[in-house]
Amino acid sequence: MASIATAPGPTPPAAIEAVGINKRFGPVQANRDVTLSVAKGTIHGIIGENGAGKSTLMSILYGYYQADSGTIRVNGREVRMADSAEALSHGVGMVHQHFMLVDTFTALENIVLGVEGGALLAAGLAAARTRLEALQRDYQLDVPLDTVVGDLPVGLRQRIEILKALFRGADILILDEPTGVLTPQEADHLFRILRSLKAEGKTVILITHKLREIMDVTDAVTVMRQGTVVAEVRTAETNREALAELMVGRKVATSHTRGAAAPGAAFLTVSDLAVRDDLGVERVKGISFTVRAGEIVGIAGVSGNGQSELLEALSGIRVPSRGTITLRGTTLTPAALDARRLREAKVAHVPEDRQRMGLITAFDADESAILGYHRSSAVSGAALLKRSTIVERCRDAMQRFDVRPSNPRLRTSLFSGGNQQKIVLAREIDQDPDVLLVGQPTRGVDIGAIEFIHRRLLALRDAGKAILLVSVELEEILALADRILVMFDGHLVGEMDRSAATERRLGLMMAGIAEEAA
Amino acid sequence: MAAAGGPTDTLPRWASLALLPALNISAALLLSGLVVWLIGEDPVEAMVLLVQGAVGYPEAIGYTLYYATSYILTGLAVAIAFHAGLFNIGGEGQAYIAGLGVTLVALGLFGYPWWLVLPVAILAGALFGAAWAFLPGWLQAYRGSHVVVTTIMFNFIASSVMVWLLVEVLIAPGQQSPESRPFSPASVLPAMHTLFGAIGVKIGNSPLNLSLVVALLAALGFHIFIWHTRWGYEVRAVGHNETAAVYAGIPVKRTIVLAMALSGALAGLMPLNEVLGVQHRLLVNFTGGAGFVGIAVALMGRNHAVGIVLAAILFGALTQGGSELAFEKPAISRDMIVVIQGLIILFSGALENLFRAPLARLLRTA
Repeated sequence: MASIATAPGPTPPAAIEAVGINKRFGPVQANRDVTLSVAKGTIHGIIGENGAGKSTLMSILYGYYQADSGTIRVNGREVRMADSAEALSHGVGMVHQHFMLVDTFTALENIVLGVEGGALLAAGLAAARTRLEALQRDYQLDVPLDTVVGDLPVGLRQRIEILKALFRGADILILDEPTGVLTPQEADHLFRILRSLKAEGKTVILITHKLREIMDVTDAVTVMRQGTVVAEVRTAETNREALAELMVGRKVATSHTRGAAAPGAAFLTVSDLAVRDDLGVERVKGISFTVRAGEIVGIAGVSGNGQSELLEALSGIRVPSRGTITLRGTTLTPAALDARRLREAKVAHVPEDRQRMGLITAFDADESAILGYHRSSAVSGAALLKRSTIVERCRDAMQRFDVRPSNPRLRTSLFSGGNQQKIVLAREIDQDPDVLLVGQPTRGVDIGAIEFIHRRLLALRDAGKAILLVSVELEEILALADRILVMFDGHLVGEMDRSAATERRLGLMMAGIAEEAA
Repeated sequence: MAAAGGPTDTLPRWASLALLPALNISAALLLSGLVVWLIGEDPVEAMVLLVQGAVGYPEAIGYTLYYATSYILTGLAVAIAFHAGLFNIGGEGQAYIAGLGVTLVALGLFGYPWWLVLPVAILAGALFGAAWAFLPGWLQAYRGSHVVVTTIMFNFIASSVMVWLLVEVLIAPGQQSPESRPFSPASVLPAMHTLFGAIGVKIGNSPLNLSLVVALLAALGFHIFIWHTRWGYEVRAVGHNETAAVYAGIPVKRTIVLAMALSGALAGLMPLNEVLGVQHRLLVNFTGGAGFVGIAVALMGRNHAVGIVLAAILFGALTQGGSELAFEKPAISRDMIVVIQGLIILFSGALENLFRAPLARLLRTA
C-alpha cells in the first residue's frame, strides 16, 4: 500500500464529494471506503486499472448504482441519488464510454429525447434549438443539429452527448474514457471544450487510463486500486511514472526497451485486396503490403476506416471481393480463405473485440481457451473432447500468461478485460503461428497488462514470426511497430519507418490530410 | 470497465439451482390455491388430492412416470435447439409425424418380437422427427425464415397431413374412427409392470413402459453430446455467440440445421411411449400437447439433462394428479391443471428472477 497523499489547501464546499462509499457485488468489493472530493470549477481525473472501481464509483455518483453505505454531497449538501434523473436534478451529468444515441435521429432529436417539453414536438424543438445554439457558442461545441447521428463521426457524437448533459442542466460532467475512439486531433478539440467548460465554472470528472491525458488536462487526480483510493494529488505536483506506479502498485516501464527488428522472408503478402462489408459497401479499396518474418507491421488509423474488414478478410471470416493473399510464397485459393483452413495454415488472429468475437463469455475459461482449435487432435478425439486435457492446458496457459484468477472452470465473463485478453492471446500464441493478426490488443486493458501483452508480442517477433498489428492507439503503434502503415477510407495513405514517425505526422495522415513527402 | 456483477445480484450455486426453483413453484402453487379458493373449493383439500393422485399409490406413480417419459423426450428436444439459440416450438408436430414412422415400422414388422421392432422404431421415429425439423432448420439457416414461425406452421401442416392420412389412407378397413389397425401384441413395448413381474417384483399396473429407459438413455446421450463432444461445443458456441462461432471457423449454418434435426429426432422418440408403448395403434392427436409441455420442461430444467428429467417428473405429476383432481372435484376441471402449469411456467420462466434479488439480499445479511 502506498501512503495516501491528500491534496492540501482549503476547498470551500466541493462541487461533489463522496465520503466512505462502499459497494459490493456478490463476493467482489468494488468500492471500499472510498472518499473523493472534487473542487468546483476544476477538471478532476480518476485513474486506475480495470476493476479498480472507477466506473462503479461514477455509477454511484450519477445514480445508476446505490452505495451500500456512505454519503454523497453536492455543493456541501447531502443528497440521495436513486436514479440518473435525480442525479441530473442535482446537476450531475454523465457522458458514457459507449454513446447512448439513437442513430436514426438527428442530433437535435437525440438531445431533447426524454425532455421534449410537451406532446407536440415542434414548439419544444424550436425552444431547444435556441438554447442549444447559445450553449454551442459558449463551449465551442460545433455540432450540426440537423444531421442524422448515424452519419456523424464519433468525435461529433461525443460532443452531442456532452451537449445533451449540458442541456439538461449538468454542472458537474462525468466523462468515462472519452478519448478511446478519437484521433489525437479530435481529442485535442475535446480538451479545449473541457477547458472552456471549466472556465465557465463547470466541474469535470475525467475517467481515463491514459496518463498523458491526466497530465495534459486535469487539475487534480485521484488514483484508485482494488476498490480503494490510494492517492489524491495535484497534477502539477506529480508525473506519469509516479502515477503509473500508484495505479499498479509497483514500478512499471511505460516505454520498454526493445531490440531492433531483423526482418526475414516475406510471410504475408497482400496484393490489391478489396473487401466489402455486410451492406456491400467497399471498406478496403485495393491495398497491398507485405509483412516479413521477425517484424511487426502496425496499421494506424481512426477506427472505421476499413481495418476491421481487413483483419476479417485476412483471417478468413470475410470473403474479399478482389485481390490475393500469399502466405510464405503460396498464394491462397479462394477456398483456402476460410477461418478454419487459415488456422491450419498457421495464421492466428487476436480479434479486435474479444467479447464479441474472440471469446464466448458464457463459456468457462477452459472452453473459451480452445475456441477455433476445438477440432485439433490435441483437445478432441474422434468425437469426445478431452475435458481433463483442456482444463490442464488452460491452467498451464493461465500460469504462463499470468491470468488471474487462474481458475479454468470460471466463467469467461467473470474475468476482467485484461485477463480475458490474456486468455485470447495465450490461445493464439500457443499455436505457434507463422503470422499473427492482432486487433486492438490492449483496448480496455489496464497498464500492468498492457506492459505484459506488449512484451509477449515483441517476444513473438523476436522468435521470427510475422505480426500485423491494427490499433487506434498511436502510443501502442509507436511502442510496438517496426514499420507503420496508415489506413484512411479503405486506402493505405502512408508508410513509414518507426524512426520517422511522430504522433503529429501520423495524426494528420489518419485524418486524411495528404502529406506531400509521404 | 464496469466492475463485475452489474445490477443483477449473484446467488450461490445451490440457491440458484434448488432454492430459487422451489420458491418459484411454491409461489405458483400459492397463486393456484387462490384460484381454487375463488371458485369456491378448498385449496388445501385440492392440493392433497393433487399430490395423492400423483404419487399417493403405486399405480399413480406409474402414471406420473408414464407422462414424464414423453415430457423428458420433448423437453430434451426443445433444450438441444435452445443450446443452438433456436426456439423449436415444433416438437408437437415433429412427434406427430414421427408417430407415422413408428407406426409404419410396427405394422411393417407385424408379429416380430418387440426387441427387434424397438431399434427399428427408434430409427424411424428419430428419422421422421428429424426430417420434419430439418426443413425449418434449413429455412432458418439458409433463407433466414424464423424458426419460431416456421415450426408453428409445421405443427399445423403435420396435424392436417396426419388427419388426412388417418382418415383416407391408414384407417383400418371397416372402421369408423380415424385410427390405424392395431399393432401385433408381440411387437409392442412391454409395460414396466410386466417386466418387473417377470423378475418377480410386483409394481402397480400402469401404462408405464420400456420407453422410460429409452428416455433416460436419451437424456444421458444428450448430456454427453452437449457437454463432451466437439459438435455439442459447436452447437453451444453458435447458440451463445454466432460472431465468435464464425471467427472460430464453425460452420454456423450447418450447425443450425444439425441442432434442429437432432431436436426433431428427440421429439420423434416420444411416440415410442404413446404409440408403441400404450395405444398400440396410431390415433389422431396422440401427442396431446406433450410437445408444448416440453418447452416448459426445458425452460424449468435449465436445458440440463438432470433438470429436464426432474421438471418432466414434476409436469408428469401435475398431469396425473390433475386428472385425479378433476375426477374427484367436478368443479375443478382439467383446465385448472393447465392454469397451474401455466403459472409454474410463468414463475419459473418469465418471472424466473422475481425472487433472485430479494433472496440475494437475504442471504447476504444472513
